[in-house]
Amino acid sequence: MARIKLFDICHGRSGDKGDTANVGIIARRAEVYPFLQQYLTAERVAKYFGGMIGGSVERYELPNLWALNFLLHNALGGGGTKSLKNDAQGKTLAAALLRMEVEVPKGLESVLQGKKPRRTTPKNVHRRRIAKDRSRISKGGRRKR
Amino acid sequence: MKSSIRIASGQGFWGDLPSAPIDQVTKGPIDYMMMDFLAEVTMSILQKQKRKDPNLGYAKDLLPLFETILPTIVEKNIKVITNGGGVNPAACSRAILEIARRRGMKGIKIGIVLGDDILERLDELSADGTGLKNMETGEPLSTVRDRIQSANVYFGAWPVVEALRKGANIVITGRTTDTGLTLAPMIHEFGWQRSDWNLLAAGTIAGHILECGGQSSGGNFLGDWRSVPDLAGIGFPIAEAYPDGTVVITKHENTGGLVSAATVKEQLLYEIGDPKNYVTPDCIADFTSIRVLEEGRNRVKVAGIQGRPATELYKVSMSYLDGFVSFGTLTYAWPDALEKARAADGILRKRLANAGLRFDEMRTEFLGHDSSHSHLSSGREPDEVVMRVGVRGQSYKDVERFGKEIAPLILTGPPSVTGFAGGRPKPSEVISYWPALIRKSAVTPSVEVVDA
Repeated sequence: MARIKLFDICHGRSGDKGDTANVGIIARRAEVYPFLQQYLTAERVAKYFGGMIGGSVERYELPNLWALNFLLHNALGGGGTKSLKNDAQGKTLAAALLRMEVEVPKGLESVLQGKKPRRTTPKNVHRRRIAKDRSRISKGGRRKR
Repeated sequence: MKSSIRIASGQGFWGDLPSAPIDQVTKGPIDYMMMDFLAEVTMSILQKQKRKDPNLGYAKDLLPLFETILPTIVEKNIKVITNGGGVNPAACSRAILEIARRRGMKGIKIGIVLGDDILERLDELSADGTGLKNMETGEPLSTVRDRIQSANVYFGAWPVVEALRKGANIVITGRTTDTGLTLAPMIHEFGWQRSDWNLLAAGTIAGHILECGGQSSGGNFLGDWRSVPDLAGIGFPIAEAYPDGTVVITKHENTGGLVSAATVKEQLLYEIGDPKNYVTPDCIADFTSIRVLEEGRNRVKVAGIQGRPATELYKVSMSYLDGFVSFGTLTYAWPDALEKARAADGILRKRLANAGLRFDEMRTEFLGHDSSHSHLSSGREPDEVVMRVGVRGQSYKDVERFGKEIAPLILTGPPSVTGFAGGRPKPSEVISYWPALIRKSAVTPSVEVVDA
């Protein structure tokens, strides 16, 4: 089954307000927003983050920006200078949500054409990427020499 | 009335790119430059500096900056608005005027916004209806009263407008909202009224887009960071504002970075709560009404914004001492990097327990493995990993002792470990944040304008 990362069809940004993180997720194209709105519920996001969040998840809709805003309560280890987390401001949480795997939404196959959906397990993808990176490095090296 | 004005963002936080405000005043036309310097924690640091020296308590970086840009802003008639006055806008203004005098520059008027600092009035003010209780937890102020380090009311755009009306070319404020710094010149130039809620909301949202500097012109862009040209020479955002509330976000020609619908949208989503209720002292802005339209290369139009009346309350930002923290890191290399880092953490915890130390919290993270995304990480074996341990507690002695237990792990723990530079970690104070509300009638901003 064709699966993609949410990141393939969305982008976003996250930040902090005290011990609450805000995660904004934006559809890359207007056609993706209805799927996002239907699929990415507060319940699903809460379940996905699991123990990373101490409190509840609230969701707000911004159809004008093709976007959803999530508030993750008690997610930053106390927030501010109190937090012992390296990411005390939740800056990487948008990326964390965007790595969620989803099935290619029905009706969006054509929209996503040209963007190869990942059909492999993440492990294989990783191995392929490493191989690619290595080839880049060696090519660069050769050029220099 | 001018048909449009250009307001540039010069600084997204205290410590932002030093060249950005200089580029903004030299690399193209602007009418105003706003600079946000204040974060919640900043105010308490500044109060501490002011307690040591009554002539301090503001963003000292402003002095070398004005030393550089004063001739340019005078020549080009660019007005500069900043909240870098911190807890001592008057001393900050005196220092800037001194630079102007020393360089024989005439015609500089500095507007000073005062009255936001309520540290001395806390007991009187907490006796009123709202009582300055914590607006998130509901706790009374008495819980932390004796540990309060700073207390400031968030003023909006109007005191800055008054300073501009009195002829100020530079406006130095204390705790003015980031958005108010951008909204004020629009009110001033276009004659917007206090009940023009849609217009005030439009200027507020423009302020939200500018307040984090390069974060709306290609910095921290998750959409497609590779597509952003020349981040080294990033141009900070500029709001080209029109009397009807339309704003075009752009940047100077021949600068790096990118202003696109996507970069602007990411910033619009940054640090917001309920998008229909973005509350500022000036209005309530509705982020669900914003229309974002790319109208050219590095030009994004933001329009259609709706607003609602401001509330009768100001937000108050207070900070209080809340114990101490300390952090230590060590790097473990192949083989078995993660396993060794975990073992080292176990050894460290045993030693801390044997020493009888007490902490409110201790947290160990493995950078390079899962510190950012926890269980969502790939779980692959990292080639190397950084163990980062933090402790927090009320006892300075215990937190300090923790710092002495990190380095010994190099000679008395698992092998192929490195990365212990910079000596023992020292405890630093935890500054906690106490947000509250206060009736607007209880606090009155005052505005002074002084000449060079």
